Amino acid sequence: MNTSSLTTNIDPSLVDRKQSKETEECLRVNKLDLYYGGAQALKDISFGMKRNRVTAFIGPSGCGKSTLLRCFNRMNDLVDECHIDGEILLDDENILARDMDVTVLRQRVGMVFQKPNPFPMTVFDNVAYGLRLQGITKKRVLEERVEWALKGAALWDEVKDRLNENALGMSGGQQQRLVIARSIAIEPEILLLDEPASALDPISTLKIEELIYELKSDYTILIVTHNMQQAARVSDDTAFMYLGELIEFGDTNTIFTNPKEKATEDYITGRYG
Amino acid sequence: MSSNQHISHEFDEELEQLRNKVLKMGGLVEKQVRNAISALTRLDAIEGVEVCQNDHQVNTLEVGIDEDCVNILARRQPAASDLRMVIAVIKTITDLERIGDEAERIAKMAVRIAEEDGIFHNRYSGINHLADHVQYMVHGSLNAFTRMDVDEAIVIKKADKKVDEEYKLLMRSLITYMMEDPRTISETLDVAQAARALERIGDHAKNICEYVIYLVHGKNIRHVNMEEVEQDLLK
Repeated sequence: MNTSSLTTNIDPSLVDRKQSKETEECLRVNKLDLYYGGAQALKDISFGMKRNRVTAFIGPSGCGKSTLLRCFNRMNDLVDECHIDGEILLDDENILARDMDVTVLRQRVGMVFQKPNPFPMTVFDNVAYGLRLQGITKKRVLEERVEWALKGAALWDEVKDRLNENALGMSGGQQQRLVIARSIAIEPEILLLDEPASALDPISTLKIEELIYELKSDYTILIVTHNMQQAARVSDDTAFMYLGELIEFGDTNTIFTNPKEKATEDYITGRYG
Repeated sequence: MSSNQHISHEFDEELEQLRNKVLKMGGLVEKQVRNAISALTRLDAIEGVEVCQNDHQVNTLEVGIDEDCVNILARRQPAASDLRMVIAVIKTITDLERIGDEAERIAKMAVRIAEEDGIFHNRYSGINHLADHVQYMVHGSLNAFTRMDVDEAIVIKKADKKVDEEYKLLMRSLITYMMEDPRTISETLDVAQAARALERIGDHAKNICEYVIYLVHGKNIRHVNMEEVEQDLLK
């Protein structure tokens, strides 16, 4: 996929806006605290992310990476007794505000989970699902957008002859790329990937990583991964979290060659914490 | 630098073995330099020949350590200080091997002068000073590597200036001897070659000190003003 194929269907004024904003922060977290009942899962987290960059979140299990990721599209709203303080600004708008329309937010912030979760329907209908929710019904428009999304997810060549087959019959790697196609079909600004490749074989993993590289020219991507080499390979910035705190956030090259914090060093070199 | 053990003991052992091999190579190279200088100043052809013969041991060690580094990179994908350790080792052994080559060159000159003349004239005594400084640098750079001692690395790196000065001084006097008595030219050129080799050894020792600083602080200080480096490191 190249940039031109993606931008052809986008309103030119949007492209201008995108380019002018390329270097500025699009997402900022300010003093975020999150509690599950009495237990604090995220502690005073603050940092900012620039547009069109890939940020990887690493850290041991239970450090709060996935919890933090879920804050960005308010998935934690579904958890009882979850309480959040602080703010998350998406283009200067606090997405944690009570009056935020979560449905609109989730169109702007797409999410892909560890286990591929295609709907039990055809490949075509999977990708068209979000578009139909948006009220798009014209067959020709739907076909165009589905093809564009599948190409964007590097899946088109493999499925173009079986668009009407059930998606559950595809391989795990294909299903995961299908889910990514489904989330980019509605053109979100931000993609949240929660261990997108951990259930896949090495080749499918590399395809997903290649896809991340290609997608970053059009999206801001946040990825949670347990695979440190994967974080090193795909991300521009890396955030290391430990026990609910953001220990270190910085350029991936620096984090993996000369981290400032001893805890980061110990984690990425595989030492006892 | 992290002093904790890795979760993988095998990885700890591999890195420890790697370090020990570098120290072994360093010890051997230091001995080669010492013997080459002794062969030159005492004009001992037998010792000189020995030094030349032993150079292959240095080369064998370099190849072996190189292979170990490649294996660690391929199998462990080291990061942060572990990665810097492997990179520093790869670079250090290259310089150690070159120091070995320079020692061999000095030994060759010793053999040549010994076979031609057999007298180490007093007029060449300036090379003793140079040799002392260079040996101090080699010893110090290996110490700094062994103990990961940045302070010592900085001291030794700075000492290279002194070596360069001694070298210039010696060259000037050698040129004077050649002009005074053209019959000494061929022998004096041999001494000049040995002096050049010593000066190069100083440069390699300086490089090793730079790798030590990179290893400990993650900062590449080559081709940077030394005062800036010190201020930066003291911060």
